[in-house]
Amino acid sequence: MTNHYIDMKNSDCILIMGSNAAEHHPMAFRWMLKAKEKGATLIHVDPRYTRTSARCDFHVPLRSGTDIAFLGGMINYILSNDKCFKEYVLNYTNASFIVGSGYKFEDGLFSGYDAEKRKYSKDTWVLEKESNGIPKRDMSLNDPRCVFQMLKTHYSRYTLDKVSSITGVTKENLLKVYEVFSATGVPDKAGTECYALGWCHHTTGSQIIRTMSIVQMLLGNMGIAGGGINAMRGEPNVQGSTDQAVLYNILPGYLKMPSASLESIEHYLEKYTPVSKDPHSANYYSNYPKFFVSFLMALFDDKATKENSFGYNWLPKLDDGKHYSTMHLFDKMYDGKVKGYFCVGADTANSTPNTRKVRKALENLDWLVGENIFNNETYEFWRGPGVDPKKIKTECFLLPAAATMEKAGSQSNSGRMIQWKYKAAEAPGDGLPVGEITIKIMKAVKELYAKEGGPNAEPILNLYWDYLDRNGHFDALKVSKRLNGVFLKDTVIEDKAKGTKIEFKKGQCVPGFGNLQLDGSTASGNWVHSGSFGADGENKMAKRGKDDSTGLGIFPNWAYVWPVNRRIMYNRASCDVNGKPWDPKRKILEWKDGKWVGDVPDGPWPPPALEGGKYPFIMQKDGVGSIFGPGMAEGPFPEHYEPLEGPLTKNPMSSQLINPAIEIFKSDLDKIARASEKYPYVCTTYSCTEHWCTGALTRWQAWLLEAMPEAYAEIGDLLAKEKGIRNGERIKVSSIRGSVKCVAMVTKRFKPFLIEGKTVHQVGLPFNYGWLFPKDNEDDTANFLTPTVGDANTFCPEYKAFMVNVEKL
Amino acid sequence: MNNKHEVVKLIDTTLCTACRGCQVACKQWNEMPGLRTKQWGSYQNPPDLQWNTWTLIRFQEHVNEKKEFNWLFRKDGCMHCTDAACVKVCPSGALHHTEFGTVGLNSSRCIGCKECVSACPFEVPRYSRETDKIYKCDLCYSRLRSDESPACVKSCLTGALSIGSKEQMLKKAYARAKKVGGDANVYGDKFVGGTHVLYVLQEKASVYDSLPRNPSVPFSLFVWKDMLKPLALLAAGGVLAGSFLHYILHGPKLPDEPGPNEPGKDEKGGE
Repeated sequence: MTNHYIDMKNSDCILIMGSNAAEHHPMAFRWMLKAKEKGATLIHVDPRYTRTSARCDFHVPLRSGTDIAFLGGMINYILSNDKCFKEYVLNYTNASFIVGSGYKFEDGLFSGYDAEKRKYSKDTWVLEKESNGIPKRDMSLNDPRCVFQMLKTHYSRYTLDKVSSITGVTKENLLKVYEVFSATGVPDKAGTECYALGWCHHTTGSQIIRTMSIVQMLLGNMGIAGGGINAMRGEPNVQGSTDQAVLYNILPGYLKMPSASLESIEHYLEKYTPVSKDPHSANYYSNYPKFFVSFLMALFDDKATKENSFGYNWLPKLDDGKHYSTMHLFDKMYDGKVKGYFCVGADTANSTPNTRKVRKALENLDWLVGENIFNNETYEFWRGPGVDPKKIKTECFLLPAAATMEKAGSQSNSGRMIQWKYKAAEAPGDGLPVGEITIKIMKAVKELYAKEGGPNAEPILNLYWDYLDRNGHFDALKVSKRLNGVFLKDTVIEDKAKGTKIEFKKGQCVPGFGNLQLDGSTASGNWVHSGSFGADGENKMAKRGKDDSTGLGIFPNWAYVWPVNRRIMYNRASCDVNGKPWDPKRKILEWKDGKWVGDVPDGPWPPPALEGGKYPFIMQKDGVGSIFGPGMAEGPFPEHYEPLEGPLTKNPMSSQLINPAIEIFKSDLDKIARASEKYPYVCTTYSCTEHWCTGALTRWQAWLLEAMPEAYAEIGDLLAKEKGIRNGERIKVSSIRGSVKCVAMVTKRFKPFLIEGKTVHQVGLPFNYGWLFPKDNEDDTANFLTPTVGDANTFCPEYKAFMVNVEKL
Repeated sequence: MNNKHEVVKLIDTTLCTACRGCQVACKQWNEMPGLRTKQWGSYQNPPDLQWNTWTLIRFQEHVNEKKEFNWLFRKDGCMHCTDAACVKVCPSGALHHTEFGTVGLNSSRCIGCKECVSACPFEVPRYSRETDKIYKCDLCYSRLRSDESPACVKSCLTGALSIGSKEQMLKKAYARAKKVGGDANVYGDKFVGGTHVLYVLQEKASVYDSLPRNPSVPFSLFVWKDMLKPLALLAAGGVLAGSFLHYILHGPKLPDEPGPNEPGKDEKGGE
């Protein structure tokens, strides 16, 4: 989230798209309703009318997987109707930059495509530089090769007719949303966007979010109160898991996971430390080496030295060009290449797409270790439906874990807020916090290695894991301090600008990532958390101050927000180039008497027009927002492609039917049925308020199960009539990969779409159910239907758009 | 909220997201079990109020005259009438008015006669065969006495539920209905002496399933309670006569015509 939950009350227009906020982020929705009370317009764009739609000013249905087309049309509308916030676009984005002459876009493909590898070389996706290394700019925005003009050309193809025909949204509805939202492209209005898994769960997920970033930059909505793009994360803890890198491709604090070809720490740091020659660009990531070395020091402590590259060689490396997402894991497991599996706090036999393949894959394991507060379908796969336990050789363990309220520690929310929480009760029986389980297992592994040796011994023996308290229990405070950063030796830090020298003692907490060092004198497990403790050891995550001088809901003394307790990211963009707020009513920051006053600014430097001033987007190499974004896997400008499985045989926008950069999985169970008469209906999966994810925690709870007792599929009344299905009857929903039986919920909340002149029906079902409990029905997970395929950047699976058939049982 | 004076709970349907936090919080505070239900093609579950479900959200798909679609949510439960038919009819004194103006239920005195079940114009009290008693919301009497808001109000995220003095809540309700405009209206203060639960309804009352347009204390009850009961106090047979007269004059209690989303009466999920 660029902003935070409470900030939504400051908005004039909230576009909820890719989210069912009222049902899945009910507390966040409270703040959206507060905005509505003050006169804001709430718009819900979603295939299905939900409890969110019921409370919005209007609901606009769109076909699953066509969000880029919808938003591309909005970019076209903004540009052709002159709705941009010009001063912002000119000064704070790369709109005026000149695109390199090698860059091309033709018939759905960008330059540099390798069809065999389904991968782009990004060599031509560059911006031109002057001879002094500073980016070339045309401040008139007229140069045909400037980003602004290239953007205009690219999205001029997204006409109302075209977009309507792809998305199934009427032209009237398209215009309604475009008009209302783009009205925020003025200094005294703020528009925000709230998305969740409804955007991530597509093969084009990251690019949908990118498209919205472009919209928000054109309208000057980034960095301001009531603006931004807000990823709604919740209890599945996407915020915590990405911050702490429970992902294969990053290290904590969004540092990059090294790949095998980066043989030395020098190679690695050179590749990932951006260089800018522009004196106006703070290029904050030039500090990357300090963050990375401090991370290595946190892992290996005194075993890491300058001579051994701080233990860089002990880190595992990714094979170049290979990916290791959950889908890859199960693909390899299905292939018999994975022998052991720790499944911690997850129910992957229900939650991973293409369940049939996943459950077959589990049968190939030698051992499986589960850690959870309840049993689930994954840990019990060996006696699941259609499985003969006698034939399964897997040895399974289930270790009882402590629930969240049975342990102390920090919790992150979407607003990047890290709040300290206290233990409310003891875990029952043998339950332990998973942190403690992990440390105890690792301790045993280390002892075995010390005694017997083994492959790859150095990182295991040298790992510093001193996180148990005096009684031998997991000490969350110790872990948090290490994440924050500690001085490993007495250190003097000199601030030449301020003319100060501060001395820190060995063992003291690092008071912020600005103090992290390159020479190994600091250890910090996660640089973005640095600052969550004061140098005196004060745990800022436990702060509970309720003061808010801005009146905008910033509450600077409530817990801690990374980075540096900044409540709104890129907040210097809320002021003009002289540091004057665009909107005095929404003043979160102001340059006054030679300093910034308000929220914690994105760096201390003056606004860009003043001497020594810097551009506001300090984490970007060039200091400005990227309308042209060369970092993405599928191209610098988002383009509409159909989902892996869709109702069309041809993409109305180009000859590229599906995202050219996605990986296609090829096992015998990875079947696809595109535009097939056998599977004519678009399908999407989701959750309901009453259950949580696979229901592995909530199905055991009688009150929740009573409220949403068994699997159902929502079907539009027109389709139901066509199929002779009555409300409450049992039906079968099938894709080419599998089927589920459930109850039909016939509703007016799903309407058919008119797509390329044809009527297309969409249905949807929740993935909250499973065979293990309750036992008195035939319920199982909706993921029998979903395909093994994911976004080209993140490998987030495409749970939200595929094709099915529906039959009456 | 001040202790021990007439209170009113306001249900603002225009702010409700139907998260059903109230439905679950009610069960938690009142220690009511969750029972096994069936998916019957609706988010509304249990399908109706029942002995373990004192409040529930009714979900209703509605298309208005302008062909506009709306999904209506209405939290159903005891209205805590001033002129409460259930209190009038209760022979054991189990149902009674509290110092807050609400209708309390002393379960230990309930004899399971079900008189209140037929008398209530809102069909609120529900009978359990197992315990041979009736159950309904008491607006968390134990919480009100400790100056705490009812569990449902406490759980409400959006401000759809609030509680306060009668005067304060009436003012709030009317101001809200005016602000929302259109067909929005206040429901509850104009009948049965005024209810201690008020609605701000998004649509006209007639649109909502299972919501009587003009609820009243049945005439038979008036006859029984105010004319014949004095006699009944003299002779136990009078009670029987009164009940018989009630049946003769009024007949068995019939539900309002069920809406398209209302379950059949045989589906009292898990009772």
